[in-house]
Amino acid sequence: MVADGDRASARAAAIRSLIAGAPGAPGHVGLLGRVCLVAARELAALGAAVTVLTGDGLRGLSAASDPVIERLEELQFTLGEGPCIDAIESRRPVLIADLSGPAMSRWPAYAPAVREGGVGAVFAFPLQVGAARLGMLDVFRRQPGPLSEAELEIALHLADATVEGLLDRQEEEGRRGDTDGLAWDVGNRAQLYQAQGMVMIQLGIALDEALVRMRAYAFAEDRRLDDVARDIVNRTLRFDLDTP
Amino acid sequence: MTTVSGERLAAIFVEVADTLVDEFDLLDFLHMLTERAASLVEASAVGLMLADQRGRLEFMAGTNENVRLVELFQLQNQEGPCLESFRTGEPVINVDLTAAADRWPLFAPRATAAGFLSVHAFPLRLRERVIGAMNVFGNTRGRLLTGNDVPIMQALADVATIGLLQERAIRRGEVLTEQLQGALNSRIVIEQAKGAVAQARATSVDDAFDIIRRYARSHNYRLVDLAHVIVTDFASVPDLYRP
Repeated sequence: MVADGDRASARAAAIRSLIAGAPGAPGHVGLLGRVCLVAARELAALGAAVTVLTGDGLRGLSAASDPVIERLEELQFTLGEGPCIDAIESRRPVLIADLSGPAMSRWPAYAPAVREGGVGAVFAFPLQVGAARLGMLDVFRRQPGPLSEAELEIALHLADATVEGLLDRQEEEGRRGDTDGLAWDVGNRAQLYQAQGMVMIQLGIALDEALVRMRAYAFAEDRRLDDVARDIVNRTLRFDLDTP
Repeated sequence: MTTVSGERLAAIFVEVADTLVDEFDLLDFLHMLTERAASLVEASAVGLMLADQRGRLEFMAGTNENVRLVELFQLQNQEGPCLESFRTGEPVINVDLTAAADRWPLFAPRATAAGFLSVHAFPLRLRERVIGAMNVFGNTRGRLLTGNDVPIMQALADVATIGLLQERAIRRGEVLTEQLQGALNSRIVIEQAKGAVAQARATSVDDAFDIIRRYARSHNYRLVDLAHVIVTDFASVPDLYRP
C-alpha cells in the first residue's frame, strides 16, 4: 500500500510538471489551456477541453486544445445534454468508449453531433472538491475504445492537478486580498458576456435567456458561439433586427 | 489489562472510517473517538486536544466533565502529558500520577485530586506533522497499558489524524472553490453590465465601463454590486441607460 501510494504521488508530481512545462499564457485560462494540451497529448486524444463553472453553473472559464474541440464542448451547453453535464451532475467520471452505442439514445442530440465532428469516444471527469463542483475536464478521441488503466490514471491525475492549480492560485489571490476577480483574464469569454448583456437590452429579456438565444442562433447558423459574440459586440449582428 | 478482541477492534476502526465518509461533524467525531478509546483500554476518562492554526492546543472533546476540567488545567498551566506528547510527537505511557510531581508539579496533584491515578498521552500525528494529542486517564493504580495496547491506541489516534487532515483539506478546497467561483461571477457580471450599458447608450464596451465606474464612484457603489443591479434591474438606474 505504501509503495502504491508513493507511485501515485510520483505520477501526480510528473503530471503537474508536464502541465507546468506546457506552452501557454499565465493566468487562469492559460493554466486550463496547458491542461488541455497535456491531456490531448498524453491520452492520444483528438483534443481536450476544460470548463470552470460559476456558482450558478454557467461556463465561467474555459479552454480547449483547439477551436473545433471548443465548439464540441460548447455544444453540450447549447443542447443541455452530454457526458460532461452528466459527469458534473453525478459527481463521477462518465466514460463513453463508443459514442455509436447506447450513447446515441442517452444524448439524442449531442451524440450524433459530436460523431459528425469525428469523435468516436468521450471521457468526462468532474473537477470537484468534497461537496463543491468546480467544473469538468473532457477528453475527445477519434477512435472508439476505452481508456487503458494507465490512461485513466493520467486523466484522474490531470483533473486533480487542475483543481489544485486553480485552488492554489485562489489561495494566493486571497493572501494578496485580490479576491474580486476583477484582474482576471477570462480570455475570449469576456466578449461572450458583453454580447450577452447587449442582447439582453436589445430584446428586453432576462440575462440567462439572452445566452439561450445566442446559443440557439449559433447552433441554427452552424457558427461558433465565440464568433457570434464577436459580431454582436462589433455590432455587425443585432438580435432585435436580424434574428428570425 | 484485558486483551482487546480482534473483532471489537475491527468494529471500532470501521466505525471511525465510516464517520469520516458520512456527513462529517467534527465534534461528534472526536467525542465518538474518545469514547471508543476509553472503552478499548477500560480507561476512566479520555480527553482530546487539537492545535489551532497558530499551533496552540485547544480542548476539543472528553468523555466526562471531570476530564474536561483537568485538560483545561493542563492548558492553563502549559504543563502535562498532552502538551508533552504534542511537543515531542511521542506517546507518554504508563505514568503514575501519584509519583509524577517532579515531572508536572502543577498538573499531577490536580489530576490525582480529580481521582486519576495514571495517565497516557498519544500524539495525533501524521509523519512530521502533529495536530493534537489524546489523553487517557486511569483511576486504579497499576492498571497499565500492556502488550498491544500501545500500538492499538496509537493506531486509533493515527486513523483519526488521517481523517481530520483529509477533512481539513476538503474544507479548504470547498472554501477556495466557493471564493473562486464568487470571483468568477463578479468578473462575468461586470462584462455583462458593460454589454448592457454599451447597448443602451450606443457606445463601445470600453466607454460603457468608464460610465459604470464613474457611476459607481459617485454613488458609492461597489463595482460588482452596481453590475449586479444593471443586469438584474436596469430600470432602477436610469442615469446609466439614458445619456
